[in-house]
Amino acid sequence: MTALRITAITATSAMGVGLAAMRAALHGRHGGLTPCDLPGMPPGIWIGRVREAEGLEPPAPLAAFACRNTRLVELALRQDGFADAVAAAVARHGADRVAVVLGTSTSGIEETEQAWARRGADGVLSGYDYARTHDLHALPRYVRARLGLRGACVSISTACTSGARAFLDAGMLIAAGLADAAVVGGADTLCRLTLHGFGSLELLARGPTRPCAEDRDGISIGEAAAFALLERAGPDDAGRLGLLGAGASSDGHHMSSPHPEGHGAVTAMRAALDSAGLAPHDIGYVNMHGTGTRANDAMEDRAITRIFGDTVPCSSTKGWTGHTLGASGALEAAVAAIAVEDGLVPGCLGVDRPDPSFASRIAVTNTPARIDRVLSNSFGFGGSNCALVIGRLA
Amino acid sequence: MTLAVGIAGIGLLGPGLSGWPQAAQILAGIVPYVAAPLTPPAPTLLPPTERRRTGPSVRLALAVAAEAVQDSGLPPEELDTVFASSNGEGVVITGILDALHTEGGAISPTQFHNSVHNAAAGYWGIAVGSSRPSVSLGGHDGVVATGLLHAAAQVVALRAPVLLVAHDVPLPAPLDAMRPTTDAFALAFVLVPGKGARGTLRLAQQSGPADAPALPAGVAALHDANPVARALPLLAALAGGGGMVLHLPLLEDARLHIEVTA
Repeated sequence: MTALRITAITATSAMGVGLAAMRAALHGRHGGLTPCDLPGMPPGIWIGRVREAEGLEPPAPLAAFACRNTRLVELALRQDGFADAVAAAVARHGADRVAVVLGTSTSGIEETEQAWARRGADGVLSGYDYARTHDLHALPRYVRARLGLRGACVSISTACTSGARAFLDAGMLIAAGLADAAVVGGADTLCRLTLHGFGSLELLARGPTRPCAEDRDGISIGEAAAFALLERAGPDDAGRLGLLGAGASSDGHHMSSPHPEGHGAVTAMRAALDSAGLAPHDIGYVNMHGTGTRANDAMEDRAITRIFGDTVPCSSTKGWTGHTLGASGALEAAVAAIAVEDGLVPGCLGVDRPDPSFASRIAVTNTPARIDRVLSNSFGFGGSNCALVIGRLA
Repeated sequence: MTLAVGIAGIGLLGPGLSGWPQAAQILAGIVPYVAAPLTPPAPTLLPPTERRRTGPSVRLALAVAAEAVQDSGLPPEELDTVFASSNGEGVVITGILDALHTEGGAISPTQFHNSVHNAAAGYWGIAVGSSRPSVSLGGHDGVVATGLLHAAAQVVALRAPVLLVAHDVPLPAPLDAMRPTTDAFALAFVLVPGKGARGTLRLAQQSGPADAPALPAGVAALHDANPVARALPLLAALAGGGGMVLHLPLLEDARLHIEVTA
């Protein structure tokens, strides 16, 4: 693919509201996971909750979009000068040339859950706008309206790769000439469906998740919204942050279990490197999908080892944020941006020693390093795989 | 900005529309439309254990996908895919929501992984043994135009064929009142660079409303019964041999402009 400039990027999760808070948490190794205190959730688990978003309301003309997902999106859009950067892109290209491509797994389904719980004897749902909350398209429609954009509007829902796929798919729209810039990213919020769903699979950790630990015991679920502004890179952009490549694959194996040897993961990582025109030794850090489950982390270790051996430091940052599902790929694109800009390998949080059966170079402490390019993995149910390469533009 | 793509294969299922050859006769006005209930066929491409776990939305998607790919003559495992659905796995999600709000109700692991929006894409990958990239989109009432524009952009960007599958089925109560969908409907196109055996499209997003659909008697009622059936004017133009300009709904402020040629 043609490399794209990341003109602006922002993220909000349990690790912090905006990039400055996120940087402080990563450098200071302060995680954002806390014991779950939301009602009606599986007992004894930890979550990555963003309380700061809960009191926010969307601007009055967009009041019908109000729901947990929209509130988190609204909080995230107010950080890091993101809306101003988008306004400047609109001035450069025109509102109809700026696309919105966003990923989510459950959008505002929490609004339906609340309506379901308060139903009367007639069983009728009421008191909310389904199309502007629960519906998947509510997310990009809100962001498009909120930022005054008039270009293509795409909602992506490929389970836990949704936020990463948004980067790849926006790159395709720009390459096809359909847009000159794109607001990409993802948002997912805590809801009963996903917490109980992962509970039914017996995949939830009893404490804060510890990806890659020898005694890891599962996932903590978190919520996040993360956005980036992508534009075609020019010759003056050398050294600036960019999306250098993206690759995807399908497992074609099983709906919820990845292929044990990680064939799909390997294919996606190779496709991302090929699309960036890079070799494995060009990558300075791998941000793993690393959900903290026994099977997924082991699969990812095998897949990474096949491409990188033990030469490249790898870690999962889900110990800070929990697994933010359809937002995780976008949130971890922001982690990748910080890794490059700050020269930081953020070692897995809360892990004394990595699983001794792993062959890749798992980092469990923070290490300063010059990092020019990060490969970021996302994998999801349905056998969906996506890898992004984020780094300094050549 | 206009995108040009060919259609190399078509798959179609709706009430009284059982595959493209039969539906094309109706949409061209040659044969009268007769409404008939649609039962999505069991996906014989899948192993029996997986087949049992599929719901109506997945079955519908796999059936039209298989028809379009066979029509195109291209190997299914070599096609990138774009799946588009407004309601997605709403039947499975409703079952989970019901269980979550029932005293002592438990959801099954199979139910949960089948609730993801990319379930149909996942089963297609298993069915045809494909490791090709796949994306799954929403789009509410603009879902079929969104999917078509997105898949066409991918064909143009990568200069390679793409299988587009758009599928929606009715939601059970109580969600059906929030999102009325009264019939099942699905289509699939194998889109290729340049011209296609089933027609050629030039696509652009424009401001403005969609056209009032002009459709053969009977078929017109389907148009509003399912968000994917908003593509019926395009399907009728393809059945009629092209030479038409039409506009499908995309967003409140935008439509998909389509020039259809043979």
